[in-house]
Amino acid sequence: MTGNIVLLLFIFVMAAFLGKELIAKVPSQLHTPLMSATNAISGLTVLGGLVVCSTSPTGSLSMIFGFIAIVLATINVVGGYMVTDRMLAMFKKKEGESK
Amino acid sequence: MISPEIINVAYIIACLTFIIGIKNLGKPTTARKGTYISIIGMVIAVIAVYFESNPDASNITEAGIADYWNLDFMQTGFLWTFVALAIGALIGTVWAKKVKMTGMPELVALFNGFGALASSLVAFSQFNNLRPNDAGAVDAVATGVTIFIGVMCFSGSMIAWAKLSEKMTGRAIVFKGQNFITGLLLLAVVAMIVLYVLPGTIIPADAKLIVMIALCAVSFIFGIAFVLPIGGGDMPVVISLLNSCTGLAVAAAGFLLENTALIVNGCLVGASGVILTLIMCKAMNRSIGNLLFSGFGAVDTASGKGPGAEPKSVSAEDAYMILEAASSVVFIPGYGMAVAQAQHVVRELAEKLEDNGAEVSYCVHPVAGRMPGHMNVLLAEADIPYEQLKTMEEMNPAMPMQDVAIIIGANDVVNPAAETDESSPIYGMPIIKAYEARTVFVLKRGKGRGFSGVENELFTMPNTLMIYGDAKATISALASEFTAE
Repeated sequence: MTGNIVLLLFIFVMAAFLGKELIAKVPSQLHTPLMSATNAISGLTVLGGLVVCSTSPTGSLSMIFGFIAIVLATINVVGGYMVTDRMLAMFKKKEGESK
Repeated sequence: MISPEIINVAYIIACLTFIIGIKNLGKPTTARKGTYISIIGMVIAVIAVYFESNPDASNITEAGIADYWNLDFMQTGFLWTFVALAIGALIGTVWAKKVKMTGMPELVALFNGFGALASSLVAFSQFNNLRPNDAGAVDAVATGVTIFIGVMCFSGSMIAWAKLSEKMTGRAIVFKGQNFITGLLLLAVVAMIVLYVLPGTIIPADAKLIVMIALCAVSFIFGIAFVLPIGGGDMPVVISLLNSCTGLAVAAAGFLLENTALIVNGCLVGASGVILTLIMCKAMNRSIGNLLFSGFGAVDTASGKGPGAEPKSVSAEDAYMILEAASSVVFIPGYGMAVAQAQHVVRELAEKLEDNGAEVSYCVHPVAGRMPGHMNVLLAEADIPYEQLKTMEEMNPAMPMQDVAIIIGANDVVNPAAETDESSPIYGMPIIKAYEARTVFVLKRGKGRGFSGVENELFTMPNTLMIYGDAKATISALASEFTAE
């Protein structure tokens, strides 16, 4: 892993700047959906749970923890996205035909 | 077996979709599309991880697992992953459908805590797998950091959730020597991580397990100690900060698993949380350090002058007379509107006012409510078009032209003491200059102070009229006066 660490750190720093640029200009009315969407994205940690759970022997502590991690992260992902969409569906322009 | 290159390309595509998704989320017109784009990324990433061979796996289990397409599925948790996904998806769907818009802040806090806990569980299982052997220094640091941030963020989010859902007092809880204790806890965390990173010749594997468990415990307490002293109106900041921490935990887990998708997206989330936090701090004219360590919401000093005049109060009928003659009205909502669930009646009243020829707008302070943008979501729920929602910067110059400003359950964000009274704890915070409107109605439940515990001079100003009572009842009363005509 040590060989990769510099590369990974490089990716990390680049992503930090990208994140800053992406978010800085979001209007305040979208802050809540943005937060719940990024919150859902942080549920990407489900990948970690999948790796750990599927490579550890059934019934081992690691497998059980991995299992719980998948459940929790999936709640975060699915719930987060659905809630975001529910909120965004309500943002309407004036003269919206649906009332 | 699919080659690692293809998996990595899939991760790059996933990262791209997240970036494009977040970019689209920045505009009201494309925001929904943004969500869908990032969902595609999530699906791609999850499928990709199933095809990824795990180089670490061979030294993890006795079975010598190199990649999971070559192994007996029944021996590992492979099939169980689908069960876990299904359970999570089901619970997430039910909660997301059930929640009321007013309950959004606590749901986000709860989801956030789950994500954080998931990251630390991943790190803990990875630690457990690697334990017999000596983890490399990088792996060890990544494990320690993931567990610390994840667990801290989990306990912190749970406290935030309890505060927001009023399962405990929403006010700041301050105790003596708080910063000292938080500092000690932080030192303990660093010490544990160092102990864990030291090679196995110095610290035996069994002792490392104890160190890890202690690290979890200390991080847990740290998270609680971190959020307890922050209360009330400062909650939007805490939520963004916790959101950011979860992102960092994900990125740390990415270092541990050498997964670039986790690093990039964890970092994106982390950065966005930090930016939101800074925006919130700026909106309150406070530094982040001041906010975290001073227990602002607990301040209970009356401002220098004390209550001079008694606030004037009017009935809904009298208020109607003034509203009827008004040609421009601005609503200024605060957390009280969320509590009273008054957003729908507000729209009703606004429509009546518009029918009556008045120009209606809404002015939302960046930190109104309990999470960033909280009020915008509630007003949107009531079908109020977002073009009518004005930011503080847009509205303030036009405030003297407004006939009536109706303040619904907001307090500190309209308190002129922030501009005039240097001794006030909220001095310097940018406010909505509601007092410049010709007439100000303040809808308030009782004669108490705002969340910050600061007296509000606005209430005693000559152009201010108080309407006491439940905001929803008051506004429906006003609306029905219009109908009665």
